[in-house]
Amino acid sequence: LHSGGSTSRISSQDRLRVISGHLHQRAQDGHAAVSAQECKAEASRANPAKAAPVPKRRHDIMKWNGWGYSDSRFLFNKKGQAEFTGKRYRLSGLILPSLKDWFEGTFGANLQHKSPATPALNVSAVPPPNLNESFVEELKAAGVALSQEPEDRVFRSHGHCLHEIFALREGRISRVPDLVVWPSCHNDVVKIVELACKHNVCLIPYGGGTSVSSALECPPEETRSIVSLDTSQMNRILWIDEKNLTAHVEAGIIGQDLERQLNESGYCTGHEPDSMEFSSLGGWVATRASGMKKNIYGNIEDLVVHIKMVTPRGVIEKSCQGPRMSTGPDIHHFIMGSEGTLGVVTEVTMKIRPVPEYQKYGSIVFPNFQQGVACLREVAKQRCAPASIRLMDNEQFQFGHALKPQVSSIFTSFLDGLKKFYITKFKGFDPHHLCVATLLFEGDREKVLQHEKQVYDIAAKFGGLAAGEDNGQRGYMLTFVIAYLRDLGMDYYVIGESFETSVPWDRVLDLCRNVKERIVRECKERGVQFPPLSTCRVTQTYDAGACVYFYFAFNYRGLSDPIHVYENVEHAAREEILANGGSLSHHHGVGKLRKEWMKEAVSTVGLGMLKSVKEYVDPSNIFGNRNLL
Amino acid sequence: MASKSLYSGRDPVLKKRDDFEDVLEERRNSSDLRYALRCYTPALYKGLVPCKASMLKSIVLQSDSLQYVVGQVSAECGESREAVQEEAALLLEEMAHRLQLGTIRFFAFTLSKAFKALFRGVCVNEEGIQRLQQAIQEHPVVLLPSHRSYMDFLMMSYILYTYDLALPVIAAGMDFISMKFVGEMLRMSGAFFIRRSFGGDKLYWAVFSEYVKTMLRNGYAPIEFFLEGTRSRTGKSLTPKTGLLNIVMEPFFKGEVFDVNLVPVSISYERILEESLYARELLGVPKPKESTSGLLKARRILSEDYGSMHVYFGHPVSIRSLAQGHISRSQHNLLPRHIPQKPTADTQAFVNDTAFRLVRLQEENMVLKPWVLLATLLLQNPDGMDLSTLTEQADWLRRLALAFGAFLDWPDHEPCSKVISSSLALHKNLVCVSGGRVRLVVEELPGAESATEEAGFNRAVSVLSCASYRNQILHLFVRPALIAVAMQTANCSRKDEVFNCFNFLRNVFSNEFILCPGAAVQDFEEACYLLGKCGAVQELQQDLVMSQSGQTTLAFLCSVLDPFLQGYQVVCRYLCEELEENLLENKFVPAVRSFTLQLILSGSLKCYEALSSDLQKNALAALIRLKAVRRVKAGDQVTLKVNKIAVNSLEDTLGKTNPCLRRL
Repeated sequence: LHSGGSTSRISSQDRLRVISGHLHQRAQDGHAAVSAQECKAEASRANPAKAAPVPKRRHDIMKWNGWGYSDSRFLFNKKGQAEFTGKRYRLSGLILPSLKDWFEGTFGANLQHKSPATPALNVSAVPPPNLNESFVEELKAAGVALSQEPEDRVFRSHGHCLHEIFALREGRISRVPDLVVWPSCHNDVVKIVELACKHNVCLIPYGGGTSVSSALECPPEETRSIVSLDTSQMNRILWIDEKNLTAHVEAGIIGQDLERQLNESGYCTGHEPDSMEFSSLGGWVATRASGMKKNIYGNIEDLVVHIKMVTPRGVIEKSCQGPRMSTGPDIHHFIMGSEGTLGVVTEVTMKIRPVPEYQKYGSIVFPNFQQGVACLREVAKQRCAPASIRLMDNEQFQFGHALKPQVSSIFTSFLDGLKKFYITKFKGFDPHHLCVATLLFEGDREKVLQHEKQVYDIAAKFGGLAAGEDNGQRGYMLTFVIAYLRDLGMDYYVIGESFETSVPWDRVLDLCRNVKERIVRECKERGVQFPPLSTCRVTQTYDAGACVYFYFAFNYRGLSDPIHVYENVEHAAREEILANGGSLSHHHGVGKLRKEWMKEAVSTVGLGMLKSVKEYVDPSNIFGNRNLL
Repeated sequence: MASKSLYSGRDPVLKKRDDFEDVLEERRNSSDLRYALRCYTPALYKGLVPCKASMLKSIVLQSDSLQYVVGQVSAECGESREAVQEEAALLLEEMAHRLQLGTIRFFAFTLSKAFKALFRGVCVNEEGIQRLQQAIQEHPVVLLPSHRSYMDFLMMSYILYTYDLALPVIAAGMDFISMKFVGEMLRMSGAFFIRRSFGGDKLYWAVFSEYVKTMLRNGYAPIEFFLEGTRSRTGKSLTPKTGLLNIVMEPFFKGEVFDVNLVPVSISYERILEESLYARELLGVPKPKESTSGLLKARRILSEDYGSMHVYFGHPVSIRSLAQGHISRSQHNLLPRHIPQKPTADTQAFVNDTAFRLVRLQEENMVLKPWVLLATLLLQNPDGMDLSTLTEQADWLRRLALAFGAFLDWPDHEPCSKVISSSLALHKNLVCVSGGRVRLVVEELPGAESATEEAGFNRAVSVLSCASYRNQILHLFVRPALIAVAMQTANCSRKDEVFNCFNFLRNVFSNEFILCPGAAVQDFEEACYLLGKCGAVQELQQDLVMSQSGQTTLAFLCSVLDPFLQGYQVVCRYLCEELEENLLENKFVPAVRSFTLQLILSGSLKCYEALSSDLQKNALAALIRLKAVRRVKAGDQVTLKVNKIAVNSLEDTLGKTNPCLRRL
């Protein structure tokens, strides 16, 4: 997903303009633009932000009980047509004529049967805060921003797991943080952690809030005061080092702001997880995030050069920025994936790259999923994967089709018909088996075109047909609207979720088939009336395997406890993944949702190692979110 | 556990069984030719990877797993890769089937004629067929018929063709291949041939297992094989072999298929074609080598009446549900799946357990004819019975069998005496009625005395033929009978004492009968329940006591086991008394046989069943298992080392169960 989904191609002229502007400025004031070391974000912002950063009162612009911005949502209008509101996305304001039929057909749902959410947060249902008064006093004295408003606390009490959102929609509030604090720089965090240790308060770091592993859930058994440490105000790029192509950034910055601000200087990190509109740099580090374009830029562990984290024992960081070291086990790997159990990541030095000259989407139709996987495997073998290459199965291809906006001209619709005819009739692809790979190429124009040809040539050997840029782009669009779509489904008795894994190449097909079938079977056995949507795509390729992403959703009419059913099925699906040689998680993390399998996943000794680190770093369990271990 | 259906319920009587339909009925009323040429369009597996038989071979030969073993073998024996690959191709050529619809049509025509001549009816449970049709579409299917006759697999394919179901590929023993023309015909009707023993031959195993697994994974066809490994000559189920079952389960364990359905099929014959052939074989007359001319000579059997046969397709058993909680599939995560791996102890135990349970399912759905009851009674009365007594006791036994959950095909609307007389008539080669007395037919020797070896042998043929029918019902009685004997032996009614005796006997006989390993407690409870239900015993808190009316039932049950107790004792006695220093294993059976025959001729043993080589081999296997006898390999020869003290004490213990033999 490109930030805001707005630009797909940057002309070289534009780029030169950006760069020359940037150079010009640089000549005048050197590092001054971004080098301020003092501690107040607003004051030091050299270039007053064009786009507003994340506000403290997030619920002013974001949904309190659903995904994303309040102004952007799917709905079925009076004519029964689906539309997407707001102005933020390419799809905003458009009608999606085929979504209704797909929705009703796939889930057996009916627009007459609504299951609306509680319209507003019932403040009286929020338990009163359990405050540690002396902690609060000292915090106030130190000048740290804080709040005990119910809206602020509820907003930070959850991630985006189905059960979390479902409970909010029903107006059910369980344990929520007792206090929210907003440090504005590293030193604020040091103070907060010191005070938390002193007063034995439980800290839960909160970045973008996009967790899907129950990582943000407050442990119900926690008796201490729980403080949510919201990093959103630590959002500055502190410096850019063009000689080494690194940027030093405060960890609270969210993906879209980071990319936008770097773009202004002609750079990017290239790290684009699907959640990048909302997720934060610190969150990426804490969960070992993966970006869509990792083939060029790498995953978070490849991008990070230096990390600063505040723990109850003090600050942990390396003494230099050497690109690789042999100094015992890499301490970064204790931090990455620690899921907020050891401390707060405050500042990160990341690799940056010049903004690519040229970007091009593409897509390939395969006669079936097997051929598609074989092609991706070959691409990985030849190490010529584009910035992104993803393979959707047939169900997801049909899903993607249902999201086609109304066609404006007869010509386009005629062209679509012609394409369909060519693929299904002339080439003999079965519309119920064919599947689509979406591609994104990046780099300088000539190389992109060359690269493109190489990939299409490989695809041809596996029966793949080039299917145009539009299809490719729409495929990537699906990624960011899917979360909004879940809210629409929940308005009509449909619940769902996605989960992921990574698996060696030779097991990809078996794993996909078995997990999808397991989901269908478990739903049936648990009394789900209509067959579920059970679909997958291969989203990343590696030398030795791939990342597979599953979507699973069903119509829950007639079930007394749909969330329980959902959780049982997801549990069974995860068991199936593990039985088929898949990993516990590729990038979502473990949180509390997948904790039970950690021992199996890393062995008893492995788990013991992690526990002993926790024991040393945080003996009083100040970072008490109880994730992972 | 999701596999409840696989376990015998607490009350087998309540087991609901399907109705039958006679497939020959339509054959008798319409053209066989049209039937053989009709449109055949079976429903196929949803995940089918379409491929021809020849294509199949190249998939197997190119597979990673075979390539791996070829590399291994070539490194070990120093031959070139190509040579080993060539060898593998030859093995596959020898093995592979060439299933052709044309041949099936030919068989459909000729077998229609033959079956109509042989059988009054071929009854199939249609609901089972419907379940199978469903199962075939959902997951790869493995058909597991019982094996009592050569007829079995022809009949299976015939029925599947009749019902428009996917035709199976069948694992058959190599012995057929020597029947020139017939072997090839069978190959073209879907049989693939496996050598009887290929012990350590890595390459053979690799070719064979990959061939089966490829067909399974691709959903090529249902795979059919006999769990028992060979035809049972005794009418009892044989201890299952787990080799092939292991192979068909592996694709599931390794995640290559979502599930595999195992379908037990029970094929029962009112009269077995090979009846007296089997008895002679058990007495040491070697079985005739399969040959085409032999088959043609067997034509005369076409003129005889073999009654009806029943084929019951059981509920498909999902390996996935069975394995749930028993097998961790993730154990295969750390090794490339094409590298052959010995199954772990857990896996082996699971496969073994499953094999036993499947055989029990076969047994449970085996249809029993009234003759089976008559044979049981006649064997307990070797001097013959009055027809009236037989009728009376048969009626009693019928009720007992039904109480135990027998799948008895007894015509309800007919009077008991009529049922019996028609049964006797069908088996007139085994029994005769003269002067109101029913006795076994024994081939008379002109003018000879009754005490010669040959006379004894002739009588044994009759007894063993008859026993092969009684044996069909043993699975029903064996557990209660073990309790009956245990109660008699324990000489005390304490339940734990009885259980100990029961457990001992069960252990001794676990090569003889299908007794699931490790299920002693379950078996005991099941048997207690049945005995309580039929009013023979009362189960109290601590005790198990015979009820007043239980005497007849318990005595009957004891005599059911009697031939086996006596037979095992004879084997023990032989090993104690007669054994020379080094008995070669392959001399064991003839030696025991002549020892036994001498006991019979001297009049000290009445039990002709002790002559059965099957029983003798089972007894030896049990003694080896109980470590009373040791096998010592020296070169090609295996000798038996007997621990006389152990064997003697075993004989003693068995003797306590059977006072009559003590008297000898």
